[in-house]
Amino acid sequence: MLYKYKWYEKLGMYAAMLVFLTFVLAPFLEAFLVSMRPLDAVFRAPHRFLTEDMSFRAYITMWESVPNLPRYIFNSFFISCAVTLLALTCIIPAAYSVSRFEYRFRDGILTGFLAINMVGAAVLIIPLYKLMLTIGLLNTYWAMIVPGAAFTVPTGIFLMRSYFLRIPKELEEAAYVDGAGRLYTLWRVILPVALPGIIVVSITVFISAYAQQFLFALTFNSIDDYNPLPMGLFQFFGRERVVYNELMAASLVGILPVLFVYIFLQKYIVAGLTAGAVKE
Amino acid sequence: MKKKVDLFPYLLLVPALLLVITIVAWPLIETFRLSFTNTSMRPTWEYVGFENYVEIFEDDFNEIILRTFLWMTISVVLKIVLGTIGALLLSAALPGRGLFRVLVMPPWVVPIAIGVFMWSWMYNGQFGMISGIAQRIGLIDGPFEFLAYKTSSFLSTIVTDVWVGVPLVSLYLLAAMQSIPRELHEAAWTDGASRFYRLRRITLPLIAPSIFTMALLSAIWTFNSFDIIWILTEGGPRGATTTMIIDTYKTAISRFRFGEGSARAVMILLCLTAFSVVYMMLLMRTARKGESR
Repeated sequence: MLYKYKWYEKLGMYAAMLVFLTFVLAPFLEAFLVSMRPLDAVFRAPHRFLTEDMSFRAYITMWESVPNLPRYIFNSFFISCAVTLLALTCIIPAAYSVSRFEYRFRDGILTGFLAINMVGAAVLIIPLYKLMLTIGLLNTYWAMIVPGAAFTVPTGIFLMRSYFLRIPKELEEAAYVDGAGRLYTLWRVILPVALPGIIVVSITVFISAYAQQFLFALTFNSIDDYNPLPMGLFQFFGRERVVYNELMAASLVGILPVLFVYIFLQKYIVAGLTAGAVKE
Repeated sequence: MKKKVDLFPYLLLVPALLLVITIVAWPLIETFRLSFTNTSMRPTWEYVGFENYVEIFEDDFNEIILRTFLWMTISVVLKIVLGTIGALLLSAALPGRGLFRVLVMPPWVVPIAIGVFMWSWMYNGQFGMISGIAQRIGLIDGPFEFLAYKTSSFLSTIVTDVWVGVPLVSLYLLAAMQSIPRELHEAAWTDGASRFYRLRRITLPLIAPSIFTMALLSAIWTFNSFDIIWILTEGGPRGATTTMIIDTYKTAISRFRFGEGSARAVMILLCLTAFSVVYMMLLMRTARKGESR
């Protein structure tokens, strides 16, 4: 009975949900409607939601107007996957180290990671630009992968650590008694048990890498073939005659992969967000 | 006898430290050093003392700082208010809650830049949805170009920032609400407390620490926010949306004045340090409370 609502309470809450969702989803709806219009209807005032001339034409013609579109989508995926791999090779051993061993400087290092997490990439863009320039990584995939990974590592360590802490120490002790080496134990005993945690960390890293490619691509890359989707499409905005319908169609097609990832792996993503990644 | 130091845990840290030191820690220090130089694309440079700092304050830098804090404060307050409402709705035991949860998250999942492309069309005065609807219901007479005027573009960039941030805040606060023991609500309900009373006296006070943590974290994230303003307005019109980050980027990357840009970046770092200190203190206090429990 505690959670039984009166009819007007229900009505109020559903109304609130509707308003909330309208705010959240309106841009997607607008993008979809624009993508369905022929170009001359896109630039037609006054604004109307539905018109008779709607079609999926832009979804076919966009592959010609944005010839590099498949490339952009591939790049976005490739960069995010590489970021995730690189980040995991840093996160997993580090998180294992800080969750399992007692040593000097450990708390200092943890605090350091936490503090560094507060600095966004945009603030450090000047030395990063000079660094990329000096070691010759400008206009390569690396310039987008390496910084992308570095900025996800601190959060990833804290998230992964919270999973390692839940694994009982007896598990390793049993392995040591059986004569297993420490690296072997980590690889063969701990990692399989921590797999759910690793999945959560990978997805969290992947999504944030996918969401935040813009700055690095804008600053470090000027070769169109290496551009991730956001940057690839951004170039079209400055043009005289923007093919908005095709641009919106391309945007929607480009975000479909992550939306699928999100819908199928929702459980893990929510777990990652709420597992206390930022809060102890 | 001296105990042998076990190197294994340190070795495990090497990849992470290597990456973070090269990409974050060293640039952090380098920013401070560069801020005392006149580095540009030219091959030579020299130390110029505090010249860069003097220079930025001769510009309209005070105004930029004020604007940044105003932008951040409005955005964070809106995120927290909407996020709390969102979390309450997400926690309501209503049919359709699962669908609601799925539909709330997309702004956080899709690349920020792409979400902002969509918003840039929404704000279009001639053909965009917002101006269109406002005209139809008679709020405005003619087309209104949201990104063309100072105040409206300032507010528009905030709205988009809130849109990006609200899903995460909602979900985080939902987790906090779900950690409230059910017995508390049940006991209060048995005593005849109304739903609103329980919200005011149980839910909100108990999630207050989480709200505060989240507010601080979103303040930090908002302070670091770059993509949204850059894509929507590039800091315009006439500087109305130029926050400290945008200003730094323009000086350093668009005009290649690395030294002067670094001085501006240092000002951002000082602000971030202040936030971080408060955040760390908060974390330590909660940690201590956890121990005594």
